[in-house]
Amino acid sequence: MTFSLTNLANPTRFLNFAGAVIPWLAVLTAILLGVGLYQAFFVAPADYQQGETVRIMYIHVPAAWVGMGCYVVIAIAALGTLIWRHPLADVAAKAAAPIGATFTFVILVTGSLWGKPMWGTYWVWDARLTSLLVLFLLYLGLIALWQAIEEPGRAGRAAAILALVGAVNLPIIKFSVDWWNTLHQPSSVLRADGPTIDSALLTPLFVMGGAFLALFVLLHLIAMRAEILRRRVRVLQQTQVAQAARA
Amino acid sequence: MKAALALIRRDIALAFREGGAIGVALGFYLVVIAIAPFGLGPDLNLLSRVAPGLLWIALLLAALLSADRIFHNDYEDGSLDVLAMGTLPLAGVAASKSLAHWITTCVPLALLAPVLGLLLNFPIHTIPLLVLAMLVGTPAVSFIASIGASLTLGLRRSGLLVALLVLPLYVPVLIFGVSTISAAVTGPGSPWPPFLMLCAISLASMVLAPLAAAAALRTGFR
Amino acid sequence: MLGLGPHASFIIAAYAVAFAALGVLTVATLADDRKQRRLLADLERRGITRRSAAKPRPAATSTVTRTAS
Repeated sequence: MTFSLTNLANPTRFLNFAGAVIPWLAVLTAILLGVGLYQAFFVAPADYQQGETVRIMYIHVPAAWVGMGCYVVIAIAALGTLIWRHPLADVAAKAAAPIGATFTFVILVTGSLWGKPMWGTYWVWDARLTSLLVLFLLYLGLIALWQAIEEPGRAGRAAAILALVGAVNLPIIKFSVDWWNTLHQPSSVLRADGPTIDSALLTPLFVMGGAFLALFVLLHLIAMRAEILRRRVRVLQQTQVAQAARA
Repeated sequence: MKAALALIRRDIALAFREGGAIGVALGFYLVVIAIAPFGLGPDLNLLSRVAPGLLWIALLLAALLSADRIFHNDYEDGSLDVLAMGTLPLAGVAASKSLAHWITTCVPLALLAPVLGLLLNFPIHTIPLLVLAMLVGTPAVSFIASIGASLTLGLRRSGLLVALLVLPLYVPVLIFGVSTISAAVTGPGSPWPPFLMLCAISLASMVLAPLAAAAALRTGFR
Repeated sequence: MLGLGPHASFIIAAYAVAFAALGVLTVATLADDRKQRRLLADLERRGITRRSAAKPRPAATSTVTRTAS
């Protein structure tokens, strides 16, 4: 990950690195998406149980990998801010939050639309979907906290604490939702993890996974660059005001 | 230790002197439970089934909306800075203030719950367990709320933000709190396993939340 | 395209929403990036650079402005 390389801690060097990498990443993302989508629709067979709706899995599962992985990125970045005081750690965290939120939104919506033909209902309070909903709320909380605190340094540290509190709580929440589910024994044979996947279905899944991963890194780098520039703009605008006040 | 007790006693005294805040929280609890049947219908069977959940959710909201009281007043008049420099470590300050919040806000709410439960046709023989579960579970409510309060210290219009940040963290408390009571009311199973989980969550939050709250307070101190 | 079976509308809706959401995210990210670059160029054109009488910055962001070129 970019932020853990100490020689990228310098923002200008990071900007140069990002500028060089982003075009290639964009091409890679486009290729992987194209191949993945083609495979998802034309190569992979329909599932004998679910029919064609299994194709939704090719978006739902890779989005889940990225949506959850993004929170791991934010948690590690939080440690970077609080413990190692890495200068770009909070930039990484702030840039990642909206991306994670969007991917988690995609998980929830595709899961819901997959659920209706499969289980007959748009939403079900099973352990997985419920935990993902809570994850979505945690992302929203992080974004809201970033918006509410004006000074970037303080916002970064506060958001880092919140991210770690959320990270600690997520397993507890998942555990308690699991427990709650066994208690209430939701009806239907929802194997929310999806059907046992045979290998013909796996390749498009990994390609789409790669595509989403590339998309995440691409968007993350762009967002980090924008955030670094935004902070410079802020400093310059403050300088501008100071100069005008002195004049 | 003495410093912590002194701080707790001070906060309790201030809360009672202020008076209104506790009353408002109790009033809020009453109002929410009172209007719920207008939304759900007067069918007593339905109400008694949803009573455990409603009583807990309304209590969470009432406690949460008064959470900014934990640090806000002292932050405003500078006492928080003085406390931060004192002999009690900042985590101890946070823990003492959260405990004071529990005593002055959550305990009264928990004691009011049985009365409100009657409005919802809550079975009378389960009331002792209701109060016990709430008394055991609400330390988690106060201590987790202190994290939200410390993160948003000094921000304008932070009430809703605190709720947004903290409510997802209440999911375990809610699940085990309601399950304890539901198990006793309708069965199946014993209420004690979820009750013990509730104890564990409260104890864990009493230990861990002050650490997070202290770190959050430090971010606001520049 | 293959026949998508009886639940075709769900499949199409799922892909449509997913790509719409990711599309909005991509566009918003790019737009923000472009906006910041424009603002920065605008300020630099007006002669305001980070070296000139910049206020000392508190916290970690101060290292950002000092070590950058």
